[in-house]
Amino acid sequence: MSGTEVKLPGSLNANRRLSQWLAFDSDGVVTLKPGKVEIGQGILTALTQIAADELDVGMERIALARTTTGESPNEGVTSSSLSMQDGGTAVRHACAATRGIYLQVISQRSGVPMERIAVEDGRFLGPDGKELGSYWSLAGAGLLETEAPADATPKPIAARRLSGTSVARVDLPDKVFGAARFVHDLRLPGMLHARTVRPPSRGAVLRDVALPEGAQVVRDGNFLAVLAATEWEAEALAARVAARCRWEETDSLPDDHALDAWLDVAGARGEPKVEIERAAETPAPARTWKRRFQRPYIAHASLGPSCAVARWDGEAVRIWSHTQGVYNLRSDAATVLRLPLESVVVTHMEGAGCYGHNGADDVALEAAIIARAVPGTPVRLLWTRAEELGWAPYSPGMLVEVEASQAADGSLLGWRSTITSNGHVNRPGRDTNPTLLVASQIAEPFPVKPSANPPLATGGGSQRNAIPFYRLPNLTVTTRRLLEMPLRVSSLRGLGALMNVWTIESLMDEMAEAAGEDPLDFRLRHLDDERSRAVLEKAAAMANWRGRVKREGWGMGIGVARYKNSAAWGAVIAEVEAKERVFCRRLWIAGDAGEIVNPDGVKNQYEGGAIHGASVALLERVTFDRRRVTSDSWESYPILRFSEVPTVEVEMIDRPAEKFLGAGEASMGPAIAAIANAIHDALGVRPKRLPFTPEAIAEAAAG
Amino acid sequence: MVAFTLNGAAVALDVPEEVSLLHALRGPGGLSGPRFGCGTEQCGTCMVLVDGKPSYACSLPASAAAGRSVTTVEGLGTPEAPHPLQAAFLAEQAGQCGYCLSGILVSAAALLATNPDPDEDAIRSALDPHLCRCGSHNRIIRAVRRAAKEMAA
Repeated sequence: MSGTEVKLPGSLNANRRLSQWLAFDSDGVVTLKPGKVEIGQGILTALTQIAADELDVGMERIALARTTTGESPNEGVTSSSLSMQDGGTAVRHACAATRGIYLQVISQRSGVPMERIAVEDGRFLGPDGKELGSYWSLAGAGLLETEAPADATPKPIAARRLSGTSVARVDLPDKVFGAARFVHDLRLPGMLHARTVRPPSRGAVLRDVALPEGAQVVRDGNFLAVLAATEWEAEALAARVAARCRWEETDSLPDDHALDAWLDVAGARGEPKVEIERAAETPAPARTWKRRFQRPYIAHASLGPSCAVARWDGEAVRIWSHTQGVYNLRSDAATVLRLPLESVVVTHMEGAGCYGHNGADDVALEAAIIARAVPGTPVRLLWTRAEELGWAPYSPGMLVEVEASQAADGSLLGWRSTITSNGHVNRPGRDTNPTLLVASQIAEPFPVKPSANPPLATGGGSQRNAIPFYRLPNLTVTTRRLLEMPLRVSSLRGLGALMNVWTIESLMDEMAEAAGEDPLDFRLRHLDDERSRAVLEKAAAMANWRGRVKREGWGMGIGVARYKNSAAWGAVIAEVEAKERVFCRRLWIAGDAGEIVNPDGVKNQYEGGAIHGASVALLERVTFDRRRVTSDSWESYPILRFSEVPTVEVEMIDRPAEKFLGAGEASMGPAIAAIANAIHDALGVRPKRLPFTPEAIAEAAAG
Repeated sequence: MVAFTLNGAAVALDVPEEVSLLHALRGPGGLSGPRFGCGTEQCGTCMVLVDGKPSYACSLPASAAAGRSVTTVEGLGTPEAPHPLQAAFLAEQAGQCGYCLSGILVSAAALLATNPDPDEDAIRSALDPHLCRCGSHNRIIRAVRRAAKEMAA
């Protein structure tokens, strides 16, 4: 791309040709080729709605191409709540441009002026209703072999038929009828099944393995796997091989029971960075606060273990994967396999719900390494539950220390926080050094680099949402990025925002109490932005906050934020009941995600994110001894179950004239914060450590 | 070889008897609805009905199904003739990734077979063996109640 090109909207800027996004065939099928992938959030439905609107075709005409390297636009990673901003914006513009080009060509050919031509379900009709042409009649005309013009104009709001309506999800029917839709269900002729024989602990070295006779085993350094014709034979063989391995193990993990002390020590020898600093002349503070918050490592805990299928054809490999970024995976896989980029083709297929960088990319590389041993034969590798919970990347443990100050009238004067954490991004394809799990375990290994922490300008990692969105004259945020990474970490829904929104909202509550003000009023008087105020007031109205009645053992609390301080808003009010442990019973959520393409889909995202938050708030913690992760089953890593899931109400403020803002991550941080504040309302204790277990609450009560 | 009735049809699947029913169904059975989640009866993604009773296919030996009737989500209904639960899950848009739904749907069918008008607590209790990571629980509960109403009508 030359420097003189005009900037095109969203992902269109880097994928400028219309044929990269759309194809028509003479049978009346429109193929939409998104670079963003379905990770459970309903993006394919929203993109289909947008395309159908702008092209003026029925939704049922639109087929979605599987995202594949070399064929699909490179939209990077489906992450960071950017699918609508990047992909939705690009599809809208590309489809508007396409309609404009067809209109112009058909007008020229027919002599009917453009403004007198109507488009109905892909047919271009003259004033007399006569068909002048269609997308399909001109399918072979090569009209899409052009760059999208910058001046294409999407339809005015009033002309949208589908955007803004709760169209049913295009992927859900397959899922309620048990159709083969997931990569787990891919069955290729002659396919073999693989299982790994994972090291017993981090950094273990395989000293010796006595292979069972006739067994098909693949070994590359410390990476060991087995192949068999059936899943059950592969499982049995993996167990037999595991019993015949001699591993040399070493202590490599910190003391899980003193995680905050370790974070402090590792942070002191880490990489400090002042993220933001601003000062103003203010009166001397009347009150000062010093608080310390901590959270454990958190697992993705995807419901389906990671899975991939790979097949070598000569010197090239084909991979089917539930990765969030086919191009990013291709890049790291090619590096590790020591192949040119174009010799690796990655096709996306859905996996179980994905909430960030989980094991999808790791298992894909592993399948490719195993399949190399059986050229021409497809190999399906499925991780075990223990691998999924024990070896996928985690969200890092964190320590946040805050000093805040308040004026005599209660106003917030100063905020100084220090955030100690590993970086929150360790995705493939972002660095010359591959980040995939076994890249460091194979015979010719790649080094392990500590995870990166993106700057605030691109949303931040550990410091995401660390800047309070309240009026605040004095502010300093410092990060300490760990340069050691005993447990492999990367991005999980919300990244540092989960921690930072909680710490900010906990202190806001505490300061409101000291000022003798209601937590809602206190927040409102520190908020200038109209959209921030609107979600907060809406949530308060939904929960009847001002009319709430105190009940023994029950509490209500507020949490609010604008995700990344630049994306969607979420205000959550939680109600908890304190019994033998704390249960979250109800959540009221108000959101603002800009223009809403699918209201029901957006509500589903806000609700799911908040329930995910409740699970993290109350239950989730990765545990380990000095060698291995011990929370590798649903028993040792519990998540919220049906019996304890809160009821949820969601209301969205639709802003059809505003930009799309992704909805998947806006409610999770506020939900955690609201639960923490509700615990204080119920028990008079402000928890300082996630998850909010009876032990963590007792510790906070003891000071 | 294990012979049983699968979704109403007699089958004989070529698997060793000690192999899990899940492997038999997804392997020679050719089904994709019952899913592997944990292998230890903790998540419910593999749930099927054996003689109408919810059973973890991941840990049940295939031999235990011999001579019995096994129903998977594929046996509940089809896009052309959906089970009221499948129709209700679509009407309520009760799902996100959908990985949990195969198991949840058969457990819900077993619930409605014994309790045609379950209240919310009964539904939560019947579905407690099932995990959903996307947070679709409340929609799923509403969908089960909707199906119960449809079936009563």
